[in-house]
Amino acid sequence: MFFDSFAEFIAMGKHGFYVWLCYGITALVIIANILAPIRQRKKLFEQQARLQRREKKNASEA
Amino acid sequence: MWEALKRLYHRMGSPKWFYEISARWLPWFAIPAALCLIVGTVWGLAFAPADYQQGNSFRIIYIHVPAAILAQGAYAMMAIAGGIFLIWRMKMAAWVAAAIAPIGASFCFLALITGAIWGKPTWGTWWVWDARLTSMLLLLFLYFGVMALQKAMETDDTSAKAGAILSLVGLVNIPIIKYSVEWWNTLHQPATLKLTEESTMAMEMLIPLLIMIVGFYLLFATLIFMRTRNEVLWHERKKSWVKKLIEAEK
Repeated sequence: MFFDSFAEFIAMGKHGFYVWLCYGITALVIIANILAPIRQRKKLFEQQARLQRREKKNASEA
Repeated sequence: MWEALKRLYHRMGSPKWFYEISARWLPWFAIPAALCLIVGTVWGLAFAPADYQQGNSFRIIYIHVPAAILAQGAYAMMAIAGGIFLIWRMKMAAWVAAAIAPIGASFCFLALITGAIWGKPTWGTWWVWDARLTSMLLLLFLYFGVMALQKAMETDDTSAKAGAILSLVGLVNIPIIKYSVEWWNTLHQPATLKLTEESTMAMEMLIPLLIMIVGFYLLFATLIFMRTRNEVLWHERKKSWVKKLIEAEK
């Protein structure tokens, strides 16, 4: 460990704000990048399932 | 070797094959990505020594440099995929290019924003219009342009073509970014990592950086798989194998 105490680790020698802001933004960007395709996939499945149900219903009525 | 590559290329052209195989490949990229990013971050933040000039603000390097490298590498890959689509009419290549664009743009944004935040304590300013920063900003706009074109035209085919052409034209910006710190006088420091000569960085600082770069690339691969799988499902939604897949989910 480079730092002597946890408080020093957080302070980053006066640069804490800049360092933690960067790592925070990075975490957000990575999380967003992972969630976006998961959500997209879920939406696609729901949408297509609805379409398929409607098609089946129309086919049985016709 | 050549035959095996050719076989892989032809299989890659099959959306169904890709969809099935990528499900098996995903964890082999996602898990090592998570490990590298965790180890690299902890190492870079808590264990690497502080820089003798910049103090602890230098720890931003562990995200700034990997993000910047990835933003450029992703752009080149997107352009190559676009080229493959234009020359060999391989639909999968267009879908991969569409998958890469938003991921690459987000890492380009990350490189710019962490650079700005790092610039404040180091240079005393968030932003300067010097060659490196400006060419990197241009890269972000190129990503936006490609993303817009990929959805702009009447048909999927012409949209993909338009996006591919812009991405290939924009490729000229990549060497400009790389050499901007040598060709012009810039505030930005010259490259820390060099392929042909020894790096200008101490080992205990360098190793976590390399781990982070590998981690970013593995994460990138994971994200491409996830997004390309969605592209496959969307474009093949009228095919029976996708219909069955969706029905089975319910």
